[in-house]
Amino acid sequence: MDFDAGKYAPHVWPAFAAVAVVFAWMIVDSLARARRWRREADPRLRGDDRE
Amino acid sequence: MFAFLANPDRFMAFSRWAAPLLGAVAALLLLAGLYFGFSAPEDYQQGDTVRIMFIHVPAAWLGMFAYLCLGVASFLTLVFRHALADAAAKSAAPLGAAFTALALITGSLWGRPMWGTWWVWDARLTSVLVLFLFYLGYMALRAAIDDESKAGRAAAILALVGLVNLPIVHFSVEWWNSLHQGSSTFGAGRGDALPAVYMTPLALMGLGYLALFGSLWLVRIRAEVWRRRATVQALRAAEG
Repeated sequence: MDFDAGKYAPHVWPAFAAVAVVFAWMIVDSLARARRWRREADPRLRGDDRE
Repeated sequence: MFAFLANPDRFMAFSRWAAPLLGAVAALLLLAGLYFGFSAPEDYQQGDTVRIMFIHVPAAWLGMFAYLCLGVASFLTLVFRHALADAAAKSAAPLGAAFTALALITGSLWGRPMWGTWWVWDARLTSVLVLFLFYLGYMALRAAIDDESKAGRAAAILALVGLVNLPIVHFSVEWWNSLHQGSSTFGAGRGDALPAVYMTPLALMGLGYLALFGSLWLVRIRAEVWRRRATVQALRAAEG
């Protein structure tokens, strides 16, 4: 594997970094939403007697 | 398939195992794509910037595919008023916007050394920017209307209007003289097609992006179903 992007490194690595950041946001935000609303919707996880 | 998954309980049971499975498949495909991508030789013209292609082109594909999913779900929302279709449309929008933003960002980072400019009002670039604006408009419209069913229908109409942009994005490089290159994958002429050493990582990354979108889409639809159930429970509790 060749990680040396030479003179194009200032363009290649920011592109990969942007993908990493956006993918991380997509994954974290999606899982956080699912976790939050599952807890809100499930009385057993919520720990109250709303239902 | 649509009829089977239209039932929320069946959808939740299916997505419970399908989402993590797709996520694992996505991780494997992306790792393999990165391995082959960084093992490929640098291009004789583009040098090492050719590696940007492996993350840029799939982002553009998924930006368009997610919009197609948004359009189909919006159509089902308008015609059948199906709550799960509305949840699917709402969940596809932020993911599609993220992929489209990535296509614009990585394309700009490739364009600067290859074209000598970060941006040009070229037909392909402009139509992808319009696609991104349709995503933002869809999400803003949903957020601006308090009544969820009205918001869903209004946003669905906007999403259907935006479908017109998809063939414009795809065929822009054929319909206009464009700085952007023509297709070198699907429908490419024999002389324009990518060699296997570049096609392999591109295909792996494309499938990896697709699996990631599928996994996160299911997760977000599940979250939306739970949100709506929680809202109904809260309203019932408020009514006493």
